[in-house]
Amino acid sequence: MEAMTPVKEGDVTSPPIRPSPDLLERTRAMGEASAAACYGCKKCSNGCPLTFAMDLHPYQVVRYVQLGLWQRLKNCRTIWICASCHTCLTRCPNQVDLPRLMDVLKQMVLAEGAPVSEERVLLFHRLFLDEVLKRGKVFEGGLMGRYLFKTDGPFSPAARKNAVLGWQMFKRGRIKLLPQGTRDRRWLKALRRAGQGGGS
Amino acid sequence: MRAVGFYPGCSLEATARDYMESVKGAAELLDLELVEVPDWNCCGASAAHSLDHRASLNLAARNLALAQKGPQPVVVPCALCFNRLKAGQHELAGGRELLLPEIKAMGADFAAPEIVELNTFLTSPRMIDLAEAGKKRDLTGLRPAVYYGCQGQRPPAVTGHPAHENPMGIDRLLRALGAEVVDWPFKTDCCGASHAIARPDLVHALVGRLYERALERGANCLVTGCQMCQANLDMYQEEIAAGLQREVYLPVFYFTELLGLALGHQQTNAWLGRHMVSPARLLEQSGLNL
Ligand code: SF4
Ligand code: SF4
Repeated sequence: MEAMTPVKEGDVTSPPIRPSPDLLERTRAMGEASAAACYGCKKCSNGCPLTFAMDLHPYQVVRYVQLGLWQRLKNCRTIWICASCHTCLTRCPNQVDLPRLMDVLKQMVLAEGAPVSEERVLLFHRLFLDEVLKRGKVFEGGLMGRYLFKTDGPFSPAARKNAVLGWQMFKRGRIKLLPQGTRDRRWLKALRRAGQGGGS
Repeated sequence: MRAVGFYPGCSLEATARDYMESVKGAAELLDLELVEVPDWNCCGASAAHSLDHRASLNLAARNLALAQKGPQPVVVPCALCFNRLKAGQHELAGGRELLLPEIKAMGADFAAPEIVELNTFLTSPRMIDLAEAGKKRDLTGLRPAVYYGCQGQRPPAVTGHPAHENPMGIDRLLRALGAEVVDWPFKTDCCGASHAIARPDLVHALVGRLYERALERGANCLVTGCQMCQANLDMYQEEIAAGLQREVYLPVFYFTELLGLALGHQQTNAWLGRHMVSPARLLEQSGLNL
């Protein structure tokens, strides 16, 4: 087990904060995330497999939502690092839907146009969603190509490594060369239109 | 022959071809006809629920509307697709405000399709009896640690899984097929799933732990029922082992492949040949080579 990052003394209380119900209301309006029910037992954080890469523990995210500390939440990595494994929600005695709350916070960050701490995670999600909204299915080969082109570039060591992996997969018959998609695509147009502005 | 609905998901049409082929092979062996959901779409995966909740819900709703038309249950080989479909049903039971008129017009009873994860379906007592009856050889020598991953089990309020902390289905099937399944407490720990591309370091850390824990328990292979888990456990094994500074040789089977191996499906070798970590050495040592 990795050691958990110790919570710094005073992290929550100094400088003096003025709790505001604002975030609780906004996140509640966006989904059944129910952060208000949390009583701080930290069971969520104890079971979370990704705390080693997080800058706020899951229970801190919930607590900051209760207190309305948007400035601290909007730049944090945790909401992007969460892998939605649902361990926390499953074990939370109050059934606080943390993964949904993380999603709601991500979408609030995007709606505000604030900088995103985990740009690569966002980019991958974006390219993936673009694929889905264009054709109705995901074309893995094209997605990987675009992702590499936009991150490390086609001539980077990372791209070379992935090209080797890609070739290994190709030899094993696991790379499709042509994109797939749904036959009916009218509904996709409506979905793209609805999603403009960051979704809800 | 019994007909069941089938929602394969995007990966099974491409990178997880080995899984697709072995799923079809397992269906043949167990006398099932898989009827694909007509014109199904992507479940949206983590991308959709992370960035655009409405898209995520509508993607699930369209699939559910289409799934309603065919035979039931509808079996889903990918844990994440399964999770998204079930989450869609769960949310739609509470209201349809976020649905597009185009999707609403499909006139579906979204609760109607019976969505079941493939590994749950294929490991019911009846199916295990069928598999055992058709067994051509015992999988003696294989000591698998079964890795179920997260999305098939959690959250239980959505998945309806009866044993979300300690699923046993694949364990029971493999025992019936003669494998010496090891018990380990990390069956449903997370492998990092979709972070494989953007944050491979996270996946390597999580998967590295799983290797060490499986080896400590004396496992000589891993078995999954999800192509994301399989990819994360299989694709970077050499690199992760180098990071751990120890030798790791853990072939990663789909449970459907082991059904093929035990029940003597002719294509089993071709499926296994698509893996990155070749199981040839292990199978030879166990006298199971094809
Ligand atoms: S497990 Fe639930 S109640 Fe306990 S700290 Fe986490 S969110 Fe709060
Ligand atoms: S869903 Fe996210 S926060 Fe919750 S346990 Fe999993 S990774 Fe941690």
